[in-house]
Amino acid sequence: MKEKYWQKNLFYLRILLTIWFICSFGFGILLAEELNKFYLGGFPLGFWFAQQGSIYIFVILIFIYVYLMNKLDKKHNLKE
Amino acid sequence: MDAQFWTYLLVGVTFSLYIGIAIWSRAQSTKEFYVASGGIHPVLNGMATAADWMSAASFISMAGIISFLGYGGSQYLMGWTGGYVLLALCLAPYLRKFGKFTVPDFIGERYYSKNARTIALICAIFVSFTYVVGQMKGVGVAFSRFLEIPYDLGVIIGIGIVFFYAVLGGMKGITYTQVAQYCVLIFAFTVPAIFISLQATGNPIPQIGFGSKTMDGVYLLEKLNQLSVDLGFDKYTDINQNTLINVFFITAALMFGTAGLPHVIVRFFTVPKVRDARISAGWALLFISFLYTTAPAVAAFAKVNLINTVSNAKYSEVPKWFKNWENTGLLQFDDKNSDGIIQYVADEEINELTIDRDIMVLANPEIANLPAWVIGLIVAGGLAAALSTAAGLLLVISTSISHDLLKKNINPNISEKGELWAARISIAVAVVAAGLAGLNPPGFVAEVVALAFGLAASSFFPAIILGIFDKRMNKEGALSGMLVGVVFTTIYIFYFKPQLGGPGLPQNYLFGISPEGIGTIGMIINFIVSLIVSRLTKPTPENIKELVESIRYPK
Repeated sequence: MKEKYWQKNLFYLRILLTIWFICSFGFGILLAEELNKFYLGGFPLGFWFAQQGSIYIFVILIFIYVYLMNKLDKKHNLKE
Repeated sequence: MDAQFWTYLLVGVTFSLYIGIAIWSRAQSTKEFYVASGGIHPVLNGMATAADWMSAASFISMAGIISFLGYGGSQYLMGWTGGYVLLALCLAPYLRKFGKFTVPDFIGERYYSKNARTIALICAIFVSFTYVVGQMKGVGVAFSRFLEIPYDLGVIIGIGIVFFYAVLGGMKGITYTQVAQYCVLIFAFTVPAIFISLQATGNPIPQIGFGSKTMDGVYLLEKLNQLSVDLGFDKYTDINQNTLINVFFITAALMFGTAGLPHVIVRFFTVPKVRDARISAGWALLFISFLYTTAPAVAAFAKVNLINTVSNAKYSEVPKWFKNWENTGLLQFDDKNSDGIIQYVADEEINELTIDRDIMVLANPEIANLPAWVIGLIVAGGLAAALSTAAGLLLVISTSISHDLLKKNINPNISEKGELWAARISIAVAVVAAGLAGLNPPGFVAEVVALAFGLAASSFFPAIILGIFDKRMNKEGALSGMLVGVVFTTIYIFYFKPQLGGPGLPQNYLFGISPEGIGTIGMIINFIVSLIVSRLTKPTPENIKELVESIRYPK
């Protein structure tokens, strides 16, 4: 039962950290040149990811993780 | 009422507030002194962490750096925020469950080794000390530029204030002061930004104004690109493909370094529960993001304002602030062709204006004609940023000495009272030492900050991650990984930093990676060495496996 909790936690980590990597190192750096051909208002898109978007996504990712883990804690009766 | 009056008033009021909080929140036990009894509400801890994290550099220098680097400045924005995702997901909850006081505590117990604890404690002290000297310098600079107080006296006032609340209150005093300091610094940073965004684009939210049209119907960034090209610079939003790999590695080193910095990690020991540690990291990053998403907007607005004001202006007709900042040396005009007009261009031969990057935040209110009290606010904010970070770092140094060195290594029988006194004495010594170093900052201080992040990334980060996620990781693996990672990173930085006497030349960089980004490679080496050595040596003892098992579950 406990093992399941840990595996599920690792599963969440893999997904969230993949998004973390794609949005910052991907959209903000490696693919930024390509994305700069598109615009978000006055922002070239790659530039926006590098200086704004990635940071918003970081914040959202943490709150999603908190939500998922609180639910998981409850389900496995591990809520303190 | 002039700016000087407002500056004295606002600095005076905020300093009295910090002292008041210190008296109210005195620490009575070592647990209060080290981790505020683990009783801090997660939202408050988030604010304290944000203030702890955002230093004089974030407040005063970062927007200016971005304003001169354009897209290239993004490495600091992503690098100094992305680490919190790692902290929240991979470190904070488990370290909170472990429930001790310091990072060397975790390393020492998880790897059942006094040597591991000692290496960790040396790294922790080194990283924190280099960092704190920079803060003291920030305090001195803020005082001397705005209050016409000599630099040295400014540093001494700063030491006095930190001494008072850190020695008295320990982590408890520091935490509540940091909460107040966060409020001061974020208010001070956003108010001028809102004004400037309104002036330029009519939109009060800088994050949106940044991507909006200016009064003449052209997008702000397009205008800035055009102005930059006209003066011979690269376009502001353009990406330099030649340095992209370096941007990648610097961003990574800053992120992993953030997640390995002891003064940040220790903040998550101060909340009551595991779930609080997770959400507290979320609050911390949310509070940090208010400044970090505003800074690039300020950078762009300030650059446009500056170019419009000074480029091709007659020197005899420049606004008063220009002369004021010339006196401080942050602006230098050298009329090379003696035509009385300021030529600000990319070409070094023709350019007549030298601008210190810090001016983009410091002089911003004057450039944009904001009211005098806004200038006072900037000073109070800069001081809050420097003092809050300094206090957090000093606490790490003192706990490392009184707890890790004295209690765990030298004299385990020391009484609770004795340890509390030792903690107070060591923080007092650390404050004074940092102040002295700040009075006479060795020229290499700015350079060693790169080392601080590199070391945190190449030593602590892998050791902690493996300690949580890999039960098979043993003493031999972690120790050899840390040693190889740290030695590699340190040698590389010393070799390639001319300011540290290194002979290395940029064209010989490994894969084109500059010293600021090499921590990433050091970290990868650490991981590889740790994994290989651990598999070739004897397995982890049973009781350690149980320890790892226990920190993985909140209850």
